[in-house]
Amino acid sequence: MIKKRIIPCLDVKDGVVVKGIQFKGLREIGKPVDLAKRYNALGADELVFLDISATETGHALMIDVIRQTAKELFIPMTIGGGIQSVEDISKLLKAGADKVSLNSAALRNPELIKEASEKFGSQCICIALDAKWDAKQQDWFCYTHGGKKATTIRALDWVKKAEALGAGELLVTSMDYDGMQQGFDHKLLKLIQETVTIPVIASGGAGNAEHFVNLFLETDVSAGLAASIFHDEDVSIQEVKDLSIQKGVPMRIV
Amino acid sequence: MIAIVDYGLGNIANLTNALEFLGYEVMVTNDQKELEKADKIILPGVGHYKDAMNRIEELKLLPVLEDLKETKPFIGICLGMQLLFEHSEEGNVDGLGYLPGTVKKITGNVTVPHLGWNKLHSSFPSLDDDVYFIHSFKVHTDQNVIATAEYEEDVVAIVQKGSIVGIQFHPEKSGEKGLQILDQALKGGFKV
Repeated sequence: MIKKRIIPCLDVKDGVVVKGIQFKGLREIGKPVDLAKRYNALGADELVFLDISATETGHALMIDVIRQTAKELFIPMTIGGGIQSVEDISKLLKAGADKVSLNSAALRNPELIKEASEKFGSQCICIALDAKWDAKQQDWFCYTHGGKKATTIRALDWVKKAEALGAGELLVTSMDYDGMQQGFDHKLLKLIQETVTIPVIASGGAGNAEHFVNLFLETDVSAGLAASIFHDEDVSIQEVKDLSIQKGVPMRIV
Repeated sequence: MIAIVDYGLGNIANLTNALEFLGYEVMVTNDQKELEKADKIILPGVGHYKDAMNRIEELKLLPVLEDLKETKPFIGICLGMQLLFEHSEEGNVDGLGYLPGTVKKITGNVTVPHLGWNKLHSSFPSLDDDVYFIHSFKVHTDQNVIATAEYEEDVVAIVQKGSIVGIQFHPEKSGEKGLQILDQALKGGFKV
């Protein structure tokens, strides 16, 4: 049986890992390659690097981070943040990324999903989605630019379209739950997983090991992602996996 | 020297990284003479079956691959493994036909692609770990199967016939164990 994946996310700015709290306020926490190795040893099933650099120089440093990490680490690595074009994707894959995650650029230009998946294969094109509930319109909407800009695109419409255009995986962040450490947004995630057949990575809201277990027991998502709780060692990946197995959720043990 | 067959499809950066980490010298080439000089051949691949076969034909690689598969360790990985078989539903096209069997879309009440870590089942006790899969099509064959994984139905994970080895998952992305499997495949494979 396929295992549910536990994925730590490392926010990288100008080649250094930082931590974001509800997309605001940043602090530095270490060298990407060191953290990547630590998480590999601790049982991470995959790593996500999110490049939040604002400059070309910052993005260029990310290429070195990937290259260095890929030489020492042999688990899947997804890179997201600031990816604009097929050329950007090509550079990241050549440096050693296994998957790229597209967010703002794909929302602006959905054809990019088609172009990229035809050129590189669906399996390496992950669509990242920052979704927020709109009480007035009673629906979830997509946000871009790290959650700063609202769009008029409905989250459920978007995931359907992204899948049809060739996305191979979705990384769904609930902006309402992110940073709250009260558990994942099961309602949103369930609806999204029911809308698509591609795997979904859930993000936003994990505060303890039970939150991951509940996510996997109550929804069909393939993976759970978290950042700060793993970086701060509030929860260990081992703890999440032990509790999951105890509750009957299949996990990979290293 | 290991030659990775370069036919323009797929990301071979990490396969190269893994092989170098294991201490092998690696070249990425589609030159017939270079391929003939290599001790071992890897047919990588990610992407569309039909594109892959078209590229292999355009580069006139069919005769040299046909010849090399008998004479040195010849390892197909992911799409590279699927190409070893007779036919694929993906593009409805014939493959290299080195091994009996066909390639079909994964169906059933499961998420597609089959993406993530799944446990190997094999009569070889060393092949019982979780390895990293990512594929939407799978091989159907009842011959030469060394290991399978369970995804509602069986997924053929490793095949071997003489010098030819096929690996459906990504050994270069399956941690320490994946590297061991890759190394074993290069050193003659799994049959004693």
